Amino acid sequence: METITKNISRRNFIRYSGLSGAALTLGFYLPASGKNPGEELMSGSSAEAQGIDLNAWISIDTSGKVTITNHRAEMGQGSFQSVPQIIAEELEVNLDQVSIVFAQGNGKKYGSQITGGSSTIRGNYKKLLKLSATAREMLMEAAATQWGVPRAECYAENGLVIHKGSGRKLGYGDLALAASKLEVPKDVRLKSPGEYKVIRKPMARQDTPLKTNGAAIFGLDKKLPGMLYAVIERSPRFLGKVKSYDGAETMKVPGVKHVIKVNRDVFGNMFEGVAVVATNTWAAMQGRKVLKVEWDDAGFSYNSTEQLYTKMKEQVKGDIISFKTKGNFNTAFTKAEKKLEALYETPYESHSCMEPLNCIANVTTDACEVWGPIQGPDWIQQSLSNHLKLPMEKVAVNMTFLGGGFGRKAFTDYPYEAAMISREIKAPVQVVWTREDDTSMGPFRPGMVYQCKGSLSKDGRIAAFESRAAGQNMNQQNPNADKSGYNGSDTEGFLEPYFESIPHYSFGDAPLDSTVPVMWWRSVYASTNGFAFESFLDEMASEAGKDPLDFRRSHLGNPRYQELINKLEEVSGWKKRGKNEGYGVAITECFTSIVGEVVKVSKKPDGKVKIDKVWAVMDCGWYVNPDIIRAQVEGSIVMALGAATKHAIHFADGKAVEKNFNSYQMPRMTDIPEIDVHVMDNEEKAGGVGEPGLPPFTPALTNAIFDLTGKRIRVLPFVLEEV
Amino acid sequence: MASITLKINNKNYTVDADPKMPLLWAIRDLVGLTGTKYGCGISQCGACTVHLDGTPVRSCSLPVSTVGNKSITTIEGLSADNSHPVQQAWIQEQVPQCGYCQSGQIMAATALLKKMPNPTDKDIDAAMQGHICRCGTYPRIRKAIKTASVLMSQKASIK
Repeated sequence: METITKNISRRNFIRYSGLSGAALTLGFYLPASGKNPGEELMSGSSAEAQGIDLNAWISIDTSGKVTITNHRAEMGQGSFQSVPQIIAEELEVNLDQVSIVFAQGNGKKYGSQITGGSSTIRGNYKKLLKLSATAREMLMEAAATQWGVPRAECYAENGLVIHKGSGRKLGYGDLALAASKLEVPKDVRLKSPGEYKVIRKPMARQDTPLKTNGAAIFGLDKKLPGMLYAVIERSPRFLGKVKSYDGAETMKVPGVKHVIKVNRDVFGNMFEGVAVVATNTWAAMQGRKVLKVEWDDAGFSYNSTEQLYTKMKEQVKGDIISFKTKGNFNTAFTKAEKKLEALYETPYESHSCMEPLNCIANVTTDACEVWGPIQGPDWIQQSLSNHLKLPMEKVAVNMTFLGGGFGRKAFTDYPYEAAMISREIKAPVQVVWTREDDTSMGPFRPGMVYQCKGSLSKDGRIAAFESRAAGQNMNQQNPNADKSGYNGSDTEGFLEPYFESIPHYSFGDAPLDSTVPVMWWRSVYASTNGFAFESFLDEMASEAGKDPLDFRRSHLGNPRYQELINKLEEVSGWKKRGKNEGYGVAITECFTSIVGEVVKVSKKPDGKVKIDKVWAVMDCGWYVNPDIIRAQVEGSIVMALGAATKHAIHFADGKAVEKNFNSYQMPRMTDIPEIDVHVMDNEEKAGGVGEPGLPPFTPALTNAIFDLTGKRIRVLPFVLEEV
Repeated sequence: MASITLKINNKNYTVDADPKMPLLWAIRDLVGLTGTKYGCGISQCGACTVHLDGTPVRSCSLPVSTVGNKSITTIEGLSADNSHPVQQAWIQEQVPQCGYCQSGQIMAATALLKKMPNPTDKDIDAAMQGHICRCGTYPRIRKAIKTASVLMSQKASIK
C-alpha cells in the first residue's frame, strides 16, 4: 500500500467523506498502482490515519443510520433500490434505516462510474456484498468485546447485535464508534442465496415517493443562486462553423444578458454554435428566435439518408474487415445446396430522454463545479479537467436524478458547453437543450445495413452463417482515430452456444465514413445486430422446414439456454397456439444476460395486424429485485417497439429532419400490448438488466408477422397498420 | 414585462413576466416549483400538465397572461405527503422508472378519475394518449389508474 505522510485532521476527513457524524465508515481504497480498483477494503479511521481520501461507500452514524454513497446514476433503472437492497442483506439492517446519496464524480476513488453496459449491479455486487458483510462483522466484534463473550455467540438482525445466550442487544449506532477502531477483517463469509431475506424480493423502490409528488430533483430542476439559463443555436449541419452572427435583436429581449460563440466537443470534433444567456429559460429561447447566424458549411459532406444507405448497401457487398470466423464460410457456402441470403436495414435513432439534455456549470478562476443528469461523472471530471486545465480535484461533478439516460447522458458534450459558457460569463449557468435540439443534434444510434448469408445441412441444421455489417463505428469518430480496425461489437447479441454449434461462420463489418455523430443507444449494437441475426435465423428455420423455437433449441446445447427456451415455450403457450395467431420468437444475449421473447400477433376485423401479447424470459443470473427487472424488460420492449414501428431519424441536406415528438413519434398508451415478464432463478454470475430486454423484441415481432402473414419485414421502421 | 399574480396550490405568487411566457416557465423559473416538467414545448408529450380550475392543461403552450385568476394545481399541490389516492396507487404499482414524465401522467390520471371514477380501458386510452413515457411505464400506469379508482371508492365508502 502506498504510504502517504500528509496528515489529515478529523475535521478534514469528515469534510472529504461528506458525511458529518459518521462513526463507522467503510470503503474501497483504489491504490495508485498495483491492485485493481476496488480491491482494498478500508475503514474510515484507517484511511484517516494514513491521510487517504477514502470513498465512503457505507457509513453508520451514532444513531444507527446507514448512509450509502451510490457511485452510479439513477436514471430509472433502479440502482437507488438495488444497491441498498444488497447492502441491507449482508449488513442485517432494515431498508428504512438506509439512506442513499449520490457520489461526486471521482474515477480515482470509485473506478468507472459510467452507468452504461448495464453494469451497476453486475460490475459491483460482489464488492457491495463484501463491504456490507465486513461492516456487520466489525459491529459484531465490537459488541462481543463489550460483553466479553465469544463472537460466535452473537448474531446480527435489524440493525442490532444480539447475544444468543443472554438476549442482550446493542444497536449499530452504539457500536459504530468502537467498530470503527477495529481492524478490517479479511475474507468474511457471505450468505448463500438460500439465506437471502432482502435480495430477490420485489421490494418497493425508495425513490418512488419522490417521483410522485414532484420532490425528485432532476438536472433541469436544480437551481443555484445567481444562475443564468442558456440555450444554444448550433449549426444544423454537423461540423458547420459559425461564419458570423448578429445578436443585436437578441440583446433587446428582456432578460437576455449575453450572446456568445460556443463550441461543443463531440469525440474530439468541434461543433460550433452561438449561446443566448438569460435570466430565465423562456427569455433565452425568445432571444434565440431572433438571433442571426451565418454558417460556414464549406468542406463538409451533405448527408442524406438515401446517400448513407446507398453507400452502406454497397459496402456490405464489398470488402469487410473480419472480426470473428470459424471454419471456412466461403467454401461451405459456395458448395452448399440449400442456401439463402437477406439484407436488413435499421435506422438512425435519437435517444429522446424525457428530460432533455441540460447541465449546470459554475467555473471560477481555479475551480469548476457541475450539476446535472449525468451517467458518467468520472469521465466528465476528466474531460473538464483537460479542457479547463484544472487539476482533477478542482473539478466537482454532481449527479442529480436523470430523466432517462439510455446512453446519451454518458457523454461529455453538454457539461462541456455549460463549462465553456460559465467560464466566459463568470456566472453559474444552466445549458438547456430544447426538445428540438435534443432530437436533432445527435449523437444518434448509428443506422446499419446487414447482409446475412447462410446454408443448411441435409438434416436442416445451420452449416454456415455470415453477417456482413455496414454502419458507422462509434469508436472511430475522433479525427485521429485509426479507421482500419473492425467493430468489436460485430457479434453483440449473438448467443454464445451458436459459436459452438455452427461449423462455419464469419462476422465482419465495413465502417461507414460520415460526419453524423453517433454513439451508444440502449443495448448498443445488440439493438440492431439482434434484428439481423434473429430475423435471419428465423428465415433459415423456415427454409429448413423447422419450428422456429425447435430450430433454435437444436443449436443451443448448453443447459442454461435449454432451460430458458423451455420456460419461454411454457409461458407463451407456444405449442398450443391457435390457427389465426402469429407467433414469433427471438433470443439474444447482451451484457451477459440472455433474454428470450415471444410476440403474438393477430388481425383486427379490418384486416390490419395488431400485437396481442409479449412474453419475455430474462436470465440475468444472480439478481436483486425481480420487480425492477420486470419493469426494465417492460420498458425495453416499449422502447424497441418505438424504434421498430414508430420513429427514425432521417437526414436531408446535411441536417436531421425530425425535431420534436410531432415528427419523431413515440409509442403511446394505445400502442402497448400486454407484457408478461419472467425471471430465471439460477446461480450464474450477475448479468445486466437495464438493456438486454430490448434486442429480441423487434425480431420476435417481425417473425410473428411472418408467421401470420408470410411477409418478411427486413427494413425498420415499418408501420404496423400497413403490413 | 407585466406583474402577474398566479394562484398556485391555493397560494398567490406575483411574478414579473413577459405576458407571452408559457405558464410552464413561470411556474418553474419564476415561482420555483419544479415538479412540473418541460418535455417538448408543443403540447405533444404531456409532461407539463397542470390543472386549471380542475381541468388538465398543457402549461408549455399556455401564455401566462391568459390564466387570469383561475386556480392552478401542480403536482406539489396534489399532496406533499403522497396521501392522494392516485399517488398511493402509483407507489403501490411501482409505476415510475426515471420519473420525469410522471407528474404529468399523475395530473392527467387525477383529472380523469375526478370525471370518471370507474374508467374503462378506452377511457384510460383517451385520457392518457397525449402523455409520453420514454421508460415505457404504460402498462403500470393503466394498472395504477384502476388501483386508484378502487382506492378512491374505498375512501368514499368510509366517508
